[in-house]
Amino acid sequence: MSTATTHAPRREAFGSRNVFILSAIGSAVGLGNIWRFPYVAYEGGGGAFLIPYLCALLTAGIPLLFFDYAIGHRFRGSAPLAFRRMHRGAEPLGWWQVLICVVIATYYAVIIAWAAMYTWFSAQLTWGKGNEEGFFFTDFLQKGDAADGLSTQFVPLVGWPLIGVWLVVIIIMGLGVKRGIGRANLVLMPLLTVMFAVLVVQSLFLPGAIDGLNAFFTPNWEALADPAVWASAYGHIFFSLSVAFGIMVTYASYLKRKTDLTGSGLVVAFANSGFEILAGIGVFAALGFMAQAQGTDVSGVAASGIGLAFVAFPTIVSQAAGGSIIGVLFFGALVFAGVTSLISVLEVVVAALQDKLGWGRVRTTLIVSIPIALISIALFSTTTALVVLDTTDAFVNAFGIMAVALVAVIVVAWMLRKLPVLREHLNRRSSFGVGWFWMLLVGALAPIVLGYLFISELIAKISTPYGGYPDWFLAIFGWGMVIALIVLAVLLALLPWSRRSHAKDDPDYDEFLVEEHYEPDAETGTVRTAREYMTPESASNGGRA
Amino acid sequence: MTPTAVVMMIIAMVTVWGGLIAAVVNLARHPEVAESEPGPPVEL
Repeated sequence: MSTATTHAPRREAFGSRNVFILSAIGSAVGLGNIWRFPYVAYEGGGGAFLIPYLCALLTAGIPLLFFDYAIGHRFRGSAPLAFRRMHRGAEPLGWWQVLICVVIATYYAVIIAWAAMYTWFSAQLTWGKGNEEGFFFTDFLQKGDAADGLSTQFVPLVGWPLIGVWLVVIIIMGLGVKRGIGRANLVLMPLLTVMFAVLVVQSLFLPGAIDGLNAFFTPNWEALADPAVWASAYGHIFFSLSVAFGIMVTYASYLKRKTDLTGSGLVVAFANSGFEILAGIGVFAALGFMAQAQGTDVSGVAASGIGLAFVAFPTIVSQAAGGSIIGVLFFGALVFAGVTSLISVLEVVVAALQDKLGWGRVRTTLIVSIPIALISIALFSTTTALVVLDTTDAFVNAFGIMAVALVAVIVVAWMLRKLPVLREHLNRRSSFGVGWFWMLLVGALAPIVLGYLFISELIAKISTPYGGYPDWFLAIFGWGMVIALIVLAVLLALLPWSRRSHAKDDPDYDEFLVEEHYEPDAETGTVRTAREYMTPESASNGGRA
Repeated sequence: MTPTAVVMMIIAMVTVWGGLIAAVVNLARHPEVAESEPGPPVEL
């Protein structure tokens, strides 16, 4: 980065394609794969869930991953800038994604903090055999009731590790894309893979493991008739693959110009799902053991996501021979997977403000991360953390991620009609060509499926108060939060971009446009120089997308 | 394990892990293009 010129700093970049792939896998493989997938699959009919899941992966996950890569790489910007370059009116979409990431980052961090504490507890069996549930909710979280209002009572066992998580993450973010994010993923991802492989093998040798696999893979076909199961499969794929909320747009903008986008995307998508299947096997093998030890069915041993990770797993750790090792591996994997995802979520926000303000890395990181960290600590180190987390997670998934994906595909495919442009960009540099079928999946199937899912979620959440929480509470942390994201996104898009911002001053982008023989961008400072390379006809259309 | 469960497990593994292997092989066949990007501009 240069300080000697008046230009905004050059755009950062990943060291190589492999570092990008590793970072994208690091982002995609998160708590969701380990902590959420087994739970979602379990709720969604066990083996039968694999059908909506694989459908969602092949027809929506991968096509939308390509869609995100194409936007980020073609328009070379954070989500708001990339959408602005596509069309001025599309900028609020980018800010909406940024704000979704702000919300996710606040609660994602606390789950990492819990997992970090549980890594330590596993080594000591701190909870005391037989007291796993009471320990988690009462001793550890000191869970309170939302009906009494939001708590301000600090829970030290959660609060301090949460502060620690934020410090580590802020340091990684401050080091930048190549030295911070890239390097963290280079270290953590191989470590995570090895740890998880050992965990799965160890689980498979537990008595009763086969019963667990049986429960995991035996299909309950009736579940396929339930729209909620399809909703959770598609919702899970979006959340798991990190598509449609700005992460992949941002990461793709850090790729070099000649990169195989679809080839890399396929590796990322299948690695993510491969990890998920592995997690399902590991988790259910362990649950099979637990069921056998307690003399019940596998169906009787796990009730919910948090229960699965923080009640069932500690129980397994208490009961299994060598349980402490299983616990340390499991919760350590949660921490590593969570950190690599949290940094990608935060990068959406940091990159957006870097582009908007034209500031350097460290300054932007601190301006972005410290307020988010403070909100996160204020909301999630208290006794009402679990209730707030449960509500924000449910609402931001349904009416944040799913809604922005729906609006984005409709706007880009039907209003701006940019799919041919994106397809052309993908095919120019990629080993796996995409054709009309890809456009059909993104432009037709995705809006239909997402629209259906969105409406059924809307009906479900309106008809019964989510989780039986009080109305005022849902009005703030559920509905109010998701509506506020949209309003704020529009307001942020109305704020003008300064002359120092990347929208106005980005020689790299102009150079890229000239090299690729794309039309020049009407807004960037060096546009006149770039126009010299263009024919008068194309130059006169410049930027009017 | 029941036969249905085994079949579902095989379908899942073949689709997902097979897909991963195919994707990695495909990418390995298309190595990263040598950097043709111009270096950082000379700062004034």
